Amino acid sequence: MIPPIVLHGLIYGGVAAIALLTLTAWGIWFERKFAGRMQSRLGPTMVGWAGLLQPLADVLKLLQKEDLVPAQADRTLYLLSPPLTVFFTLATVAVIPFGVDVAVANLPIGVPWILAFSGLMVFPVWTAGWASANKYALLGAMRAVAQGISYEIPMLLTALVPVIFAGSMNVNEIVRWQAEHHWIALWPPGPGLFAFVIFFLSCLAEANRIPFDIPEAESELVAGVTTEYSGMRFGLFYLAEYLHTLVASAVASALFFGGWNGIFGLPDGIHWMLAKTLTLFFLITWIRWSLLRFRADQLMRICWTYLVPASLALVMISALWVHYAPQLGPMWGG
Amino acid sequence: MSEVWTSTLVFLLLSAVVAASLLWVSRALRVRAKHSSELKGATYECGEEPDGPAWVRFHPRYYVVALVFVLFDVEAVFLFPWALNIGRLGLFAIVEMALFIAILLFGWAYAIRKGALEWQ
Repeated sequence: MIPPIVLHGLIYGGVAAIALLTLTAWGIWFERKFAGRMQSRLGPTMVGWAGLLQPLADVLKLLQKEDLVPAQADRTLYLLSPPLTVFFTLATVAVIPFGVDVAVANLPIGVPWILAFSGLMVFPVWTAGWASANKYALLGAMRAVAQGISYEIPMLLTALVPVIFAGSMNVNEIVRWQAEHHWIALWPPGPGLFAFVIFFLSCLAEANRIPFDIPEAESELVAGVTTEYSGMRFGLFYLAEYLHTLVASAVASALFFGGWNGIFGLPDGIHWMLAKTLTLFFLITWIRWSLLRFRADQLMRICWTYLVPASLALVMISALWVHYAPQLGPMWGG
Repeated sequence: MSEVWTSTLVFLLLSAVVAASLLWVSRALRVRAKHSSELKGATYECGEEPDGPAWVRFHPRYYVVALVFVLFDVEAVFLFPWALNIGRLGLFAIVEMALFIAILLFGWAYAIRKGALEWQ
């Protein structure tokens, strides 16, 4: 007999994982279609209606490819890195509240949990680059690690702003607090919104998305850490990148935009979480196909000279606000 | 309390299985080359013969960035319990943390001034 709590983890976790992987596949389809339209192309059209089955076809193709390991490579690390990236990204999902009080696990340390697994992502990327025994991969990995650890600081600090307001590190509690008071991105005017912007930028950098995709800059580094990878192992890196983008969107909507809380007092629920997450995902896609890539030195300067002190200031302002300003009632009345 | 951790653990196992299962399916489906050549396992350098070992020395600025990162990361560890208890501790805690951050910013300003975080 399986204990009910294990069953809870299995069912909720299974549904969440499958839903996210499906969303990721369609996210990839959406991005390719969107990119096509932005560049006056059609994007995928052949497989299924409007190319909707294209991600499935891609997965099938990748599954059949030969699994190459370069002769010079450090075999164990080389083979282990791609599944680890997917594992760390997926593990973050455990604490994200999708519906009202619905999460795989309502951990009291939700926010540190998310940040910890996001931070761990540096390791598989580094081992992949090192183990490939390829100069492009090594350079890409060095850049990815430098960028990943640098942008982790503003991410950590701005994630503190919702924690300060809600007085809890449980992500569901933070959403509940926002439902009872106000969305952190909207009020207080200033700190909340700026914290969201910095958090969002750091998420883009952590997920290696344009304008922060220096680690895999195609024009200079071939494909960065994924240069030597083929078949499904390459597919796992690709999957992890999009999964990371989606998960980051979900985390940002939960921490700053009230997660499952409805607007104008409309009923709360999973549809709001989905709508907010997809809106942010759309925003990321839009940014990707509109902006150019930063240079490595610009990237580091933006982080250390501007974002780090700015997020420290935001933390202090939020603390003062919580101490001095009266707490507001529900934003949407009721 | 422990129930939450049980379902977390279950989910971690599930995530690992999901990550690995794609590779298992791939193992069943993928093609295997009948013949292999030495060139196939060669390091990819845009079609040129690989030049020297790939594990080259890299710039020490990466090391400096990692050092500054550790400084701020440890600071964030101190900030989390503080952030949870601002309501209870009041102005005293805010002033204390302002002092702590001011000292850290001193180190940050020194690093900037020394050009430790410049990349050109």
